[in-house]
Amino acid sequence: MTLLEQFQLWLGSIWPGWAAYIVPAIVGIVVVLGFVLTMVIVFIWYERRLLGRFQVRLGPNRLGPEGIFQPIATAVKILLKEDIVPTKSDKVIHWLAPVIVFVPVLMIFAVVPFGERAILTDLNVGVVYVVAISSISAVGIYMAGWASNNKYGLISALRAVAQMVSYELPVVLAILGVVLMAGSLSMTQIVASQKIPFLLLQPLGFVIFFLGTVAEMNRSPFDLLEADSEIVAGYHIEYSGMKFAMFYLGEYGHALAYSCIIATLFLSGWQGPLLPPIIWLVIKVMAVFFVIVWMRSTLPRLRVDQLMAFAWKGLLPMAIINLFIVAAEVLWLSEITPWLMVAVNFVFAGVLVLLWSKLFTLGGGRVEV
Amino acid sequence: MGNEIVRPDYLLADFGYIGILLIVGILFTVTTLLLPLTLSFFKIVPRKSNPAKTSTYECGMETIGKTWVQYNFRYYFFAVLFVALDVLTVFLYPWAVNLKGLGLFGLIAVAVFFVILMVGYIYAWLKGALEWK
Repeated sequence: MTLLEQFQLWLGSIWPGWAAYIVPAIVGIVVVLGFVLTMVIVFIWYERRLLGRFQVRLGPNRLGPEGIFQPIATAVKILLKEDIVPTKSDKVIHWLAPVIVFVPVLMIFAVVPFGERAILTDLNVGVVYVVAISSISAVGIYMAGWASNNKYGLISALRAVAQMVSYELPVVLAILGVVLMAGSLSMTQIVASQKIPFLLLQPLGFVIFFLGTVAEMNRSPFDLLEADSEIVAGYHIEYSGMKFAMFYLGEYGHALAYSCIIATLFLSGWQGPLLPPIIWLVIKVMAVFFVIVWMRSTLPRLRVDQLMAFAWKGLLPMAIINLFIVAAEVLWLSEITPWLMVAVNFVFAGVLVLLWSKLFTLGGGRVEV
Repeated sequence: MGNEIVRPDYLLADFGYIGILLIVGILFTVTTLLLPLTLSFFKIVPRKSNPAKTSTYECGMETIGKTWVQYNFRYYFFAVLFVALDVLTVFLYPWAVNLKGLGLFGLIAVAVFFVILMVGYIYAWLKGALEWK
């Protein structure tokens, strides 16, 4: 039973049944919303501080201890900005787009296990739910780019859809590797089955999933849809004030959600010695986000053709090979010892990554988009 | 009074949470978006519109022609390929959950299924549908 269900049982003894179902649900949702908003504020501060360090400068450090209140000041500033809507834009869709970008991001957190029993709802199809919900944001981004009636916005919107569609496949196939090993689609079951983190058991799957999700959340080096140097800001070019803030929130919320999913699927989620589960989850999430920021500050942005080739010729075949290797190992090797699988998989991962880097030199020739 | 909670069916109760989360999420987002609108009544958020401000942004020049135009058909190839392969992955999930139960036979069946789809994928690759040219 989850914490929520225990709370329900207790409430059911004093209140009528329907209230005992809805009230705990709303309490749980408010707790999750609080977690998301707090972590997003921490993430914005964390990224700015880290980027400062990577670029050999200090980053924001004036407001509050180590500059932790800087994102709150930014939020207040953005709240007080004028809301500008272009005359030529499609007003209704322009207004709806931020909602459709942010709400699916929030809904991912329903199935993230924060502890052994702390989960909003333990869906038995949790992983499929995450995959399905997380790709709705692409619709919102497309709506934003299209409704702005701006050429940069349109280019960005089309790039966004192409990119999200392309990277969806390797991500889904990499998740299948995890499902094969765990033998369940429920997030709590997947965490429970990780005596050894899946990062060690299938390093190749982790690499594919990590790169795929970084591309899906549109962060550098895959941030073609908001490439500042060519299409200025992309889909949110005509947005200002609170609507812009919603996109910003959605972007960081997406990063947080995918960091949580990576930590849950590959880094054994809340499990860890001594410290309480939620602290372990936050530590792992911060570690994953650190690597994402590290990539952002190190690698240059890809070209469109390189981006598509990387998904369709690089990650997709590797994900298929990974899937069959894992399936065969689960069938024949899993009885002996997991550490044999760890060794075999690291060898496979090394060989395949080297082979692909030799076989496929990405790019070649300039392309008009 | 006992432990009488309205839980018509386990799965439905689970998705009930998702429904409530959806409603709360939409309410939260819409309220946040309406906040500046409310503040602008009290003259805290400025509202001074002018034609230059609400014109389409484009590097200092006026936009030429329509913006809602037909676009590069290359995206179409990827969309079609995506649909074919994504349907494949949906069929793989039930197999993945019960891999040990289905055993070698299941693996071979999935491999055959894969080969059929991979023929299409390799055909598309050789025809140059994956090239961005």
